[in-house]
Amino acid sequence: MAIQASEVNIRAVEVLDLSKRFGRTGRSRFPWRKGKSAKQALDRVSLRVDRAGITGILGANGSGKSTLIRILATLLTPDAGTATVFGYDAVTEAAAVRRHINRVSVEASFFKEMSPWENMLYAARLYGGGGEGTRARVEATLERLGLPLDTLDRPMKQLSRGQQQKVAIARSFLTSPSLLLMDEPTTGLDPRSKREVQELVTSIRRDRAATVLLCTHDLQEAEILCDRVIVIDRGRVLAEGTPAELIRHHAGVEGGTLEDAFMQLTGKRLLEDEEEKDE
Amino acid sequence: MIATSVRFELNAFWGFIERQKNLYRRYWAWEAVWLLYNLVSVLSIGYLASGLSSLGFEQSQANLQRAQLYLLVGALLWTYLSMVFFEVAFAITWERWEGTIEYTFMAPIRRLTHLLGMCAAALIYGIARAAIIGLSLILLFRLDLSHANYGAALAIFVASTVPLLGLGIFTSVLPLLSPEKGDQMAFAVQGVLLLISGVYYPIKVLPLPLHLVGVLSPLTYTLSAVRDALINGRSLGSSLPSIGILLLMGAVLVPASIWCFSRAEVRAKRLGLLKRSG
Repeated sequence: MAIQASEVNIRAVEVLDLSKRFGRTGRSRFPWRKGKSAKQALDRVSLRVDRAGITGILGANGSGKSTLIRILATLLTPDAGTATVFGYDAVTEAAAVRRHINRVSVEASFFKEMSPWENMLYAARLYGGGGEGTRARVEATLERLGLPLDTLDRPMKQLSRGQQQKVAIARSFLTSPSLLLMDEPTTGLDPRSKREVQELVTSIRRDRAATVLLCTHDLQEAEILCDRVIVIDRGRVLAEGTPAELIRHHAGVEGGTLEDAFMQLTGKRLLEDEEEKDE
Repeated sequence: MIATSVRFELNAFWGFIERQKNLYRRYWAWEAVWLLYNLVSVLSIGYLASGLSSLGFEQSQANLQRAQLYLLVGALLWTYLSMVFFEVAFAITWERWEGTIEYTFMAPIRRLTHLLGMCAAALIYGIARAAIIGLSLILLFRLDLSHANYGAALAIFVASTVPLLGLGIFTSVLPLLSPEKGDQMAFAVQGVLLLISGVYYPIKVLPLPLHLVGVLSPLTYTLSAVRDALINGRSLGSSLPSIGILLLMGAVLVPASIWCFSRAEVRAKRLGLLKRSG
C-alpha cells in the first residue's frame, strides 16, 4: 500500500526497548512435565530504520533476527517495549501495519501443489488485488526476475529453490509493500540463484520502491547490499552504521573486513554460531 | 470508505474459495480417493441394512426398507457434516503443513473473512461431494422416499450448517493451542460427535451421560429432523422447533467460536506458535 501524506516524515521502523523471551523459567505447572528452558530472544532492543534503502540486520543463528522480523510482521507479540512501522504500533495497530508490509522468509511459503500463478493470485486477493490485469502484472514481474513464463502454471514443487525464492519476491512486489521484510532470502540457494536474488534486492534499492529490512548472517551479502547494518547478538544490538563505518570503528586491523568487525563485536565467528539452534 | 473496506474483504473472501478450488483441483487424486472412501463407507451401511434379513433378523420388507433408509440418511448426512467439519477444523493445520500459515496470518484482512472464506469453501465442496454420493445411493438402492418432504429437509439442512460451522471453528482453535497435538484432538472431537449425535441410532439408546451430551450436539437435531422429514414426511411447520434450536445453537456457537479463535491467536502470537513447525 502506498504511503499516505501524513506518514511521509515518519520513520519506516522504530523499535524501543523491545524484549521477547521464549519458554518458561522455573518449574512447570504440571509435575509430570519438564519445564522448558527459557531463552531471551530479544533483550531491550532499540533501533531505527529510515525509509527507502536497505538496512541489514546482521547476526548469527539464534541472535534474535527472525524474532525481530516476526514482531514487525505482527506474527509475534513482544513481552516489553514497542515496535512501530510507519508510526503504527505492531501490536495495537496490527491491521494498519499489515497493509504496509510484506515478507520474504528463508523458506518460500507456498502451497506447493499450486502453481506460481495460483499462489500469486491468492496473495493478490488477500491484498485487495486479483482483478483484471493481474495475470499481465505477474507475467511482467516474473519476466523482470528472469523466470521463464512456462513456470507460471507448473506446480511450485517442480521449481528449484532459487526459482521458488524468486516467485516469493515477485509475490511481495505484487502487493507493493512500503516495507519489505526479508528474512535470510538467500540462505540455502546455489551461488547462481543467490547472485540473482541479490541483484533483485539491489534493484529495489535502485528503484527506491520500498524500504527493505534484510536479515542475514552472510557478511559479504550485508556488505554488498546494505546501506546500513545493525549488528545483533544474543538479542542485543551491538553496533550500527554503514558497512564502511562498522569496519572503520570495529575491525581493529588495517584493511579489515566486515567479518573482522563482527568478530570484534561479538567475540566469535559467524560459522561457530551457525551450529546453534535457530530461535 | 466502508464500501471500499467491504469490497476488500469480499475480494479476500473470494480468494479463500478460489484457493481451495485450486487446491482441490491440484490434489484431485487425493480427493478422488477420499470420495471413493466415503462412497464405500456409505454403501457398506446400506448393504448392512439389506443383509439384515439374511442374517436371521426376521423383519417385514417394509421395516427393512425403513431401517435401510434410516441408516443411509444418517450415513449420508454424517459424510457431509463430518467433511465440512473436517475442512473447517483443519483450516489451520493445513496451512501449517503447507508452510503458509505465517503468510495468511500476516495478510491485511479480518480473521472473520479468513474463517468465513474457509467455511464457504468447505460448504460448497461438502455439498458437491454429498450430492455425488446421494445420487449413487438413489441409483443403487430402491429407496422409498414417497413420503419425503424435501422442502423441510432442505430447510433443516441449511439451518444445520450454522452451528456446524461454529463447531468447526471451535475445533480449528485446537491446532493453534497445540501445534503438535491439535489435529489429533480434532479427530477425537469428530469421533465423539459420531458417537453422541445419533448418526446410526437414536440417542436414547446411549447411557445417560452420553445421552445428555448428545442433547447438546447440533448434529443430533439435524439428523433427527432430516430423517423425520425424509422418512415420515414431517412438514416444514412441524420442523420449525428443530430449525429454531439449530439456529439458536448457531447464534451462540459461531460468535463464541470466533471469539475463542481470536483469543487463541493472541496466545499463539505471545508464545510464538504461528510458525510452520509451531
